[in-house]
Amino acid sequence: MLNLLLRKLHMGRLTEQGINSQIAQIPSALPASFRQSLQIRHLACGSCNACDWEMTALGNSLYDHQHFGIDFVASPRHADLLMCTGPGATQLVNAAHETYEAMANPKWVMAVGDCAINGGVFKGAYASSGGMDRVLPVDFKVPGCPPSPDDLIKALLGIMGK
Amino acid sequence: MLSLREYLQSYQGIEIIIWENKEGIVELSSSDLPEVLSYCLEIKPRPIWLTHVVNDERQLGRGFCLYLVLHFPGKDFSLTLVAKGIKEEFPTLALIFPALNWSEREAQDLFGLHAVGHPDPRSLVLHPGWPQGFHPLRKDYKAGDERKAFDRAPLVFPEMHGDGIFQVPVGPIHAGIIEPGHFRFYAIGEPVLHLEAQLFYTHKGIEKLVEGRSIEDGLRIIERVCGVCALSHGLAYCEAVEKLANVEVSRPVLLWRTILAELERAYNHIGDIGNMCAGVGFALGNANGSQSKEKLQRLNLEFFGHRFLRGVVVPGGMKLIPGSKDSQAMLNRLIKLSDDFEAWIPLLLEHDGFRQRAVTTGVLKPENAIDLGVTGPAARASGIANDWRELHAYLLYPELKVTSIIEQDGDAWSRLMVRVKETRESFRFLNTLLREAMQGPEFNYDKPVSIALGKVRPFSPTWGCVESPRGTDVIWLMLDEQGKIYRCRVRSASYANWPAVPLTLPGNIVPDFPLINKSFELCYSCCDR
Repeated sequence: MLNLLLRKLHMGRLTEQGINSQIAQIPSALPASFRQSLQIRHLACGSCNACDWEMTALGNSLYDHQHFGIDFVASPRHADLLMCTGPGATQLVNAAHETYEAMANPKWVMAVGDCAINGGVFKGAYASSGGMDRVLPVDFKVPGCPPSPDDLIKALLGIMGK
Repeated sequence: MLSLREYLQSYQGIEIIIWENKEGIVELSSSDLPEVLSYCLEIKPRPIWLTHVVNDERQLGRGFCLYLVLHFPGKDFSLTLVAKGIKEEFPTLALIFPALNWSEREAQDLFGLHAVGHPDPRSLVLHPGWPQGFHPLRKDYKAGDERKAFDRAPLVFPEMHGDGIFQVPVGPIHAGIIEPGHFRFYAIGEPVLHLEAQLFYTHKGIEKLVEGRSIEDGLRIIERVCGVCALSHGLAYCEAVEKLANVEVSRPVLLWRTILAELERAYNHIGDIGNMCAGVGFALGNANGSQSKEKLQRLNLEFFGHRFLRGVVVPGGMKLIPGSKDSQAMLNRLIKLSDDFEAWIPLLLEHDGFRQRAVTTGVLKPENAIDLGVTGPAARASGIANDWRELHAYLLYPELKVTSIIEQDGDAWSRLMVRVKETRESFRFLNTLLREAMQGPEFNYDKPVSIALGKVRPFSPTWGCVESPRGTDVIWLMLDEQGKIYRCRVRSASYANWPAVPLTLPGNIVPDFPLINKSFELCYSCCDR
């Protein structure tokens, strides 16, 4: 226990400051009441898992998405934003629709990663929709294969107008 | 392997195509497969299953062909059994070797062949709801609009009757940042009686997609079969291509490929150790694991340009090789990270609450692991020494004298301990390897050896194999006369291990599932493809 405390003192604060000092380029598209806190539901739609791991990385001590008021929630009913990864695998399309339907209005959809935007390397595969915009109405896009946690945080802060 | 060779030579109807020091290829009729496989499985030490591939070679006048690749540990010999001329059906091998269960069901779905005598009639990869007669891996299938015709149809699950038995359906969309899969728990009170895992939701049709692509395009896609084992898949693919082209890569390339493989293992194992803590709600353990993983991924980005090490290994070599200054810097960073790992890992290992959740939870019996061909830390935690780095001489592993790290209990705790010990070993290997990279002369490394397409053997089966953090990843590859991909089969470690997960559940309680699942830490994407 003592070792742990000493380690903590030695290590200090891990969470990086500075990302949030940027000023959003464009005004937020969200209503004012959503700009302070954003509840997100993740929806894997046939991704290779890399985008998903980068989203998981947002929760580590170095990024700590929660200190921006951003949180991932367990149910679509609690979510404002649906972050979709993957090109829209055919066998998941029904589940994706149901997840979207379960969200309360107003709601937004973000396509995370190149294959969610336009199918990426999986374009043309027989069980891939070739982009999440063919499955759900996509409002925001974050390119990258995969987008880094920095890209994701910047995109999220951007749509919150921070 | 002499006795095996004599047996095969004396067997009526078997033709030995290639028999070399380390590899053999024999052709036989599919009706002889069960008997020959039974003979092979009796050999001690028992051979392990590398891959099982069905290929449509009707255009080549060979009908459908079935390739089964076995590896004989201790002798480092791999035998490919080829059954050609299959028309509509082949006898099932799943009854004598249950590891082939999924692979045969997959062949039924994707090729429309019939595995005669297979005990499970359900489809696997293609969920109910696809149009009749949709068999996309047949060569005469042309990409059409079948996916638009895909309609929801109920999945088929076994029924269970009795007082107080109830079902808990979970997924395919889960409460967390994880991939999709449907789990159905059959429980009585708290303990689970049975678990059905319905996967293949993320099936995209990658094996069809890569057909007809160039070697480079193929690599781009194969590296994206799995996010976190991207390097292992890419490396296995490159090894297969190099084998076909008879290309030998230089020592610096081997050295750096080994370093990359160990970096991938280290960041995955550390992340997975942290995730096991998440599985029991032990936030401090998870926080430590995830920050260590993040630092390792940043190291990947800094020195190799990608957090998941994609695009570094190319057929014939490496895209870039860091110089000795970078090696020194990398080594210093890794020593610090290794010290940091040793500083926080006692927090888990000495935590009573965590121990009590993990010890005796989710036991995988050794006999089940052997039958199902389980690989990686999951098998080693059940006492099976099958580390591909030990079994097969590749990269610089023979020099590092790798031995499989095993535990005997087969529970979640054992799987944790295998990872902890392997992480320590990876840091040790990285230390040795980077010291060589540092002290050696500046490598005069310009670009990879080019793969001369004219020299690539067409329509010749080959495989590449790499021990990924989750187990042995196998890429089976066949190129056509223009050097384009004719068939590429991805057998990831997750594909081999998923069937074992449901067997570890009975007797445990439903809330233990997250821990058990995370102790295997399997991907869905490289299983579903």
